[in-house]
Amino acid sequence: MSDKIKIDHVAQLARLKLTEEEKARFSEQLNQIVDYIDQLNELDTSSTEPTSHVLPLNNVFREDELKRIVPVDSNEELLKLAPEHDKGHYKVPQIIS
Amino acid sequence: MHRLTLTSARQGLKEKKFSALELLQSCYQRIDAVEDKVGAFVHQNREQAMSQAREADQKIAGGEDLPLLGLPIAVKDNICVAGDLTTCASKILQSFESPYNATVVQRLKNAGAVILGKTNMDEFAMGSSTEASAVHPTRNPWDLERVPGGSSGGSAAAVAAEECLAALGSDTGGSIRQPANFCGVTGLKPTYGRVSRFGLVAFASSLDQIGPMTKTAEDAALLMNVIGGKDPQDSTSADVALPDFVSTLAGDVKGKKIGIPREYFAEGLDTEVDSIVQNAIRTLESLGMETVEISLPHTRYAVATYYILACAEASTNLSRYDGVRYGHRSSESTSLVDMYENTREEGFGEEVKRRIILGTFVLSSGYYDAYYLKGQQVRTLIKQDFENAFQQCDVIVAPNAPIPAFKLGEKSQDPLQMYLSDIYTISINLAGIPSISIPAGLTQAGLPVGVQIMGRHFDEAGVLNVSHRFQMETDHHKKFPSL
Repeated sequence: MSDKIKIDHVAQLARLKLTEEEKARFSEQLNQIVDYIDQLNELDTSSTEPTSHVLPLNNVFREDELKRIVPVDSNEELLKLAPEHDKGHYKVPQIIS
Repeated sequence: MHRLTLTSARQGLKEKKFSALELLQSCYQRIDAVEDKVGAFVHQNREQAMSQAREADQKIAGGEDLPLLGLPIAVKDNICVAGDLTTCASKILQSFESPYNATVVQRLKNAGAVILGKTNMDEFAMGSSTEASAVHPTRNPWDLERVPGGSSGGSAAAVAAEECLAALGSDTGGSIRQPANFCGVTGLKPTYGRVSRFGLVAFASSLDQIGPMTKTAEDAALLMNVIGGKDPQDSTSADVALPDFVSTLAGDVKGKKIGIPREYFAEGLDTEVDSIVQNAIRTLESLGMETVEISLPHTRYAVATYYILACAEASTNLSRYDGVRYGHRSSESTSLVDMYENTREEGFGEEVKRRIILGTFVLSSGYYDAYYLKGQQVRTLIKQDFENAFQQCDVIVAPNAPIPAFKLGEKSQDPLQMYLSDIYTISINLAGIPSISIPAGLTQAGLPVGVQIMGRHFDEAGVLNVSHRFQMETDHHKKFPSL
């Protein structure tokens, strides 16, 4: 089995604090999945264009207007969804110490 | 009354045989009677639904005629309904109340529908059995020891258990068709871009599509007429004319060509599933359709391609759950990064974490070209397979899943086995084409098996036409489990 997924590094990139037990389990399962995924290497795609979207997509332009998309009367109503807010702002733990 | 189809209930309401409120209450009585066993719903706002039903009754009394007036419909819990919870069956959103309606929900409401509840799912639509719900698993109404499929397992089970007349689901890699197949209902994944994704909680944005889960193809057409069409709020919704899907349902299918993809009838396909699908093909032939063998040569690479692309997109989409603007926040944090990491660790379930890690890995420095870019290139090959195939046929007919509904716990410990169970549905999302699952029979053990009918981009009308003609000839879709 491959060991391509360095679980500590990837978990840190993903901002997931995994338990030791999860790290061991995910590491084994995901490296097994990566082995399976590696079968794509059988295909020569050197001259194949990548598809990121299935339909022919053109840039969508619109006027840059102020519009109320979410039907609320005030920012306060959206702030209420936040775990913590104060004086019209989201509140988070200290960033700079 | 809860046993009715949308089409027949609509007729009943028009003829004043019953009221919208009575129809809704009949569904709630059914839910109260069977929900302990099935577990299809995660929450219901009955007061809000009752007031919508009363409003519908007033409109009916006033002679108003809207396409879904007074019809109770369930909505998968990853689709935002204002004034109700939208949890995605995740702890991280367990108390999230959406301030707005998804476009599909707004369109349902504008058409007079009553939203009767939110259905269970695999957390963030990641799974094939609804066992990955953080709330509770849903059970298959045909056999309570078995899974209903997933991720729209709640919607499929609710329709099969006749707890609602119809439901909305979402399909990223088979999440409408596979549970429809396992529960013996009709489930359509529309063409990518046909239905607005605004207000659908994003999993893999280049693959996700909302679609109807119903008792008949006719009901699916009725819902598509309402939910389909361009939406300025979703720039990936396609500006393609929306036909009246109901009016073309009964058209003649004589002479139309069915492609039979040899790779979908290969090793690993259960013999009972195979023979049920073969019988369905014979029924279609009896309607004058012609079969032609086709090949979709890159089918065996679809699962690998899908899990690269879907997980990559998921890992970026789910980075928004950081405990800042909405949703769960860990109370045990001293710094910002610590807060992010604890919040996500506490809020996400196992399968979601696994996919975020896989997605982060394939996008990470040093692996992007080998995995993500490679996945996008193989996606091109898979899409070309379908383009080539549709030069020889009008629809493609195949099984939905290699086996009928499996038992709870049977695959949940082995993620790769669970992923491989999506082998017949995943390519369709990668290619972006429409595809339906309709009931095609029962196994010896009494488990439903469906047949999958795929069409060209934006040819939902063709798919629904073939499905409706099939349902005119057969009664598989009229069978419901005894609960």
